[in-house]
Amino acid sequence: MFKYYGKYAPYLFLLPAGIVLLIFFFIPFFHTFVLSFQDYSTSIYHPAWVGLQNYIKLLHNPVFYKVMLNTFIYLFVAVPFLVIFPLFVAILINQKIRGVTLYKILIYLPVIVSIVVAAIAFKWLYADQGILNYIVTSMGFQSIGWLTDPDWALYSVIWVTIWKGIGYYMIIYLAALMSVPKELYEACDIDGANFFTKHLTVTIPHIMPTIALVTTISAISAMKVFAEIYVMTKGGPLNSSKTIVYYIYERAFENLDLGYASAMAVVLLIIVMAFSLINIFCFERNKYQL
Amino acid sequence: MKKFLEKFSIHFVLIAVSLLSIFPFIWLISTSLKGPDENIFAYPPTIIPTDFTWANYTGVWDKVDFIGYFVNSMIVAGGTVLLNLILSAMAGYPLARMEFKGKKIAFFSILATIMIPFQAIMLPVYLITLKLHLVDSVNNFAGYVGLIMPFAVSAFGIFLMRQAFLGIPREMEEAAIVDGCTVWQLFTKVLIPMVKPSLAVLAIFTFIGSWGEFLWPSIVLTKESMYTLPVGVNNLQGMFSSNWRFIAAGSILSTIPILIFFLCMQRYFISGENEGAVKG
Repeated sequence: MFKYYGKYAPYLFLLPAGIVLLIFFFIPFFHTFVLSFQDYSTSIYHPAWVGLQNYIKLLHNPVFYKVMLNTFIYLFVAVPFLVIFPLFVAILINQKIRGVTLYKILIYLPVIVSIVVAAIAFKWLYADQGILNYIVTSMGFQSIGWLTDPDWALYSVIWVTIWKGIGYYMIIYLAALMSVPKELYEACDIDGANFFTKHLTVTIPHIMPTIALVTTISAISAMKVFAEIYVMTKGGPLNSSKTIVYYIYERAFENLDLGYASAMAVVLLIIVMAFSLINIFCFERNKYQL
Repeated sequence: MKKFLEKFSIHFVLIAVSLLSIFPFIWLISTSLKGPDENIFAYPPTIIPTDFTWANYTGVWDKVDFIGYFVNSMIVAGGTVLLNLILSAMAGYPLARMEFKGKKIAFFSILATIMIPFQAIMLPVYLITLKLHLVDSVNNFAGYVGLIMPFAVSAFGIFLMRQAFLGIPREMEEAAIVDGCTVWQLFTKVLIPMVKPSLAVLAIFTFIGSWGEFLWPSIVLTKESMYTLPVGVNNLQGMFSSNWRFIAAGSILSTIPILIFFLCMQRYFISGENEGAVKG
């Protein structure tokens, strides 16, 4: 094909997006590392270079360990649930039944509703004299401090993240299920395989790439939770529901300790980049081929 | 009989999952419609209000500037969508169709931004926004620009548009050039109309993402008159401390616009054709 465009045309087309990415992605990316070597806690205008001190302080801070532990609990509870349960729901919806669209709309609803509204709705369900405790006590148990008991708060918040994600991952699975050849199911029916063997032997091996994809994207979004915690618990009680993004926010915007917060941001950056690299190179490779 | 039992149990499970999904909203709606003579903490709880009233809605409407929040959200989401469409289409085109020096670098730099979570770089983004005076303490316009710019373009959008341009037959471009089009005319008059479906997908998912964004506005906003809906709704908790009737009514009110949007556009969300649309 003949070249119909001028020498500078490609650069001019890329320029507007390039400027935005430069100012709001690339510069901040490198600046995060720079900030993490500085101390802002004494003066916000004249930060001092402190080398690795923020990182050393981080390693001596028990709250940081608590926060990292919480973040990984978040990950290890939310991810398996979001990988398995939406798949189960998607398989059911994929059967030839009536009312599929209505089910899809209802189950997808939590995805589009603002996370703030969702968190408020759950805060109300979790109230000390709320409806959940009514159910718990009427079954003969002690009422639970869903958001006020340090043993429960983290799990109560995790549930909101799970609840809000089910519909999203269900739709991803549904798209993958369309690609499973129908003949295989027919063969199973002839062999008399039951529901579970059918899906364990046919469906799951077929959509393994999608299962892997859901694993990494749900892991990345679990690392980034903020609004749920901000609205429901503010990380409390006793830091029991504080995860890394909330702690970064707190140190930066409430304690104005930008250097310290940035050291934590670097930790977050490294973990999320590792997940993303796995994602891009293993599961979404064809999408990003030059 | 076996078939019937199977169908019955499938419906049973799906109804249970649907209820699980919407019950928190149902309970919120129920609470928002209960009048002062009804104990909202009553055991056993009642779903259908016995002292039915709209007063919580009118009450919260009078005290909270929902129209203002809505307008702010519309400006921010609208601006974000518009910029994403323009910038992603412009950047996606040369990556799909042109050969130039540095293409590889451009491609992989954009790909790299997918891996950078906003939450990890938000502190420098905040400092830059302050330096550029893009905050609401300067003026409202600057405030809106500051809310929009960090999300004005995304690698997801650029790659989506690149994919769309890759799908157009090259003969289209050749014909247009032979007819005497400039590159810019070719791009705006011939190619853009052909990638409309992808632009629609990008617009809808960008809109939803921007509409629900909470972290960034709650960092940069200082004036209540600039609040977007999520920030305004979160603020209800402080305004009405333990008046759950008002908090519930306000939360439901704030959800109506996006609910209408979703119901109109539902096929884009639930058809599964756009599974690559990654949420923030």
